[in-house]
Amino acid sequence: MISLLSHPAVVLIIGGLILPFLPNVLRKVALLFLPILSITGLQVTEFGTHIPLDLFNYELQIIRLDQLSYIFSLIFIIALFIVVIYGWHEKDRLQLASIFIYAGAAIGAVLSGDLITLFVFWEITAISSAILIWANKTTRAMRAGQRYFIIHVSSGLFLLAGSILHFKQTGSFAFNHLSIDNFAGLLIFIAFGIKCAFPFLHNWLQDAYPQASVIGTVALSVYTTKLAVYALARGYAGTEILIWIGAIMTAFPIFFAVIENDMRKVLSYSLNNQLGFMVVGIGVGTEMALNGTASHAFAHILYKALLFMSMGAVLHRVGTIKASELGGLYKSMPWTASFCIVGSLSICAFPLFSGFVSKAMILTAVAEQGHWLIWLILLFASAGVLDHSGIKIPFFTFFAHDSGKRCQEAPANMLLAMGITAASCIAIGVYPAMLYKLLPYSVDFIPYTTSHVITQLQLLLFSALAFTILYRTKLYPPEIPSTNLDFDWFYRVPGAYLVKGFATVIVESEKYLFNALKKFVFIVGSRLHQHHGPQGVLSKTWPTGSMVMWVAFLLGAYLILYYMW
Amino acid sequence: MKENKEFWLDKPKNINKIVYFLYAVCAALFFSDLAYHKHAYFYFESWFGFYAWFGFLAYITIVMSAKILRKLIKRKEDYYD
Repeated sequence: MISLLSHPAVVLIIGGLILPFLPNVLRKVALLFLPILSITGLQVTEFGTHIPLDLFNYELQIIRLDQLSYIFSLIFIIALFIVVIYGWHEKDRLQLASIFIYAGAAIGAVLSGDLITLFVFWEITAISSAILIWANKTTRAMRAGQRYFIIHVSSGLFLLAGSILHFKQTGSFAFNHLSIDNFAGLLIFIAFGIKCAFPFLHNWLQDAYPQASVIGTVALSVYTTKLAVYALARGYAGTEILIWIGAIMTAFPIFFAVIENDMRKVLSYSLNNQLGFMVVGIGVGTEMALNGTASHAFAHILYKALLFMSMGAVLHRVGTIKASELGGLYKSMPWTASFCIVGSLSICAFPLFSGFVSKAMILTAVAEQGHWLIWLILLFASAGVLDHSGIKIPFFTFFAHDSGKRCQEAPANMLLAMGITAASCIAIGVYPAMLYKLLPYSVDFIPYTTSHVITQLQLLLFSALAFTILYRTKLYPPEIPSTNLDFDWFYRVPGAYLVKGFATVIVESEKYLFNALKKFVFIVGSRLHQHHGPQGVLSKTWPTGSMVMWVAFLLGAYLILYYMW
Repeated sequence: MKENKEFWLDKPKNINKIVYFLYAVCAALFFSDLAYHKHAYFYFESWFGFYAWFGFLAYITIVMSAKILRKLIKRKEDYYD
């Protein structure tokens, strides 16, 4: 039991449940104290620790700590610190409490050594994170939250079904390497794929994240998808199809990001594209590739949170996050603008920023295995990252055409959170050894070679040059208010019609059947009435006398016939 | 609020300075391919200025195809409401 209380996840979940009921001062103390407790719990647990728990004769592994689960748990707790500072001013008690439960569940899932524990935490992340979308309280947020909730609970059901089948086949719930060659493994793969926003399973991300609350989106950007990345790395490393899935994920969202008007939606497409790089790394599955995935997830959580925080700060101050209504905000929010640019440089993988030292590992691992086409797609996608996250986000928000909007700089706590995150992005970029020593395998990789620095700068600055030319010649697509259709159209429009149509068919056929039945009963009833009713022939009472007469008549007739033959 | 404060970037002249600076840096980077040994995994990587023109063309392709994509999938803002 003592070990359970020092469980880095359980502490946060219990804390999250208590938080809303604490008086204000105590609550603020708890907000800082709980992540410290959690990280202490993580630090005192030794590598290789397996904490078993007996449940209905099944042995569950509620903690399995090794290098891979350590780095993900660590960055999840660090991100929680950042979100807490960023949301320090928030008066909505439910939001921060849900964030604690959500973060706790994500850490619990990462640390779980068996599929049942994983399933339980998996579903808790779904429920607690949906609250963050609903917290925005708009009609759109409510509906998007419902869609998000249904999709994520379904992902959990795939996981549960797969786990039970897996147990039937192997007799064990242990969560280790799985295979997509059997049905159980395939079901679990789909469960992870939904949460990881695989192509065609991705729309919940771009649908829900832009609708969540300012703080909620930051938390959402950290946990759900990276939990899925961890789960894939644990279960499906080296599964070849992931290389292609990942490559498609890096490429297709960039086109949507170019023409999207909602900046938080642009970041959601960008998040999808970054996940692609990690998924490719998992698919390649070599030590270098998995190191690349883990380090890219670590770096990505920081710079993506930073970008979402800067856009959240703009939304908080200006009240809109539509590119068509923004511009020139660097005059009002110079600090936010600077932090946003640091996030942009990091995600684009400029030398001296965090993305440079992490993404390069994945690309190198891909090249080492000779996947030239995949490598070209990733390079192509890197140019796309420069467009949507490197240029579009900072340029159209803070520069470009001055919208004339003037506001206050972001609140101090938001600036502090962004400042810490921006500093970490630079620290990782300048001193990558700090990150590399956390990785699952020993690192034999030097990011700062002349060749790598120059080629990367060529790629990025020539993309920037292309932007400059397109923008100055007015060929660059303008920011206009619009909704762009994506794959979710299929279930939001024809899908909805289909369901509605199906419902109508059921209602109508039920009506028809009911009427037919009513008619039938009426006809049968009236026939019965006719024959057996008060006037019916068959329901007449017969006097005994006539009965006797008829019997006598029959007997008489019988007698006559008898004598005649 | 500093409503009427003039910023450095407000002057088109200064924006031109940044753009010319970018042109110069790009030119320098392009020709720097002469000056170092490129560590290449694939033969096409060692083509002269490969990363530069690949980045440039990739970017143009992405933006131009996105413009076509917009024609197909753009709807009114309240489409789903």
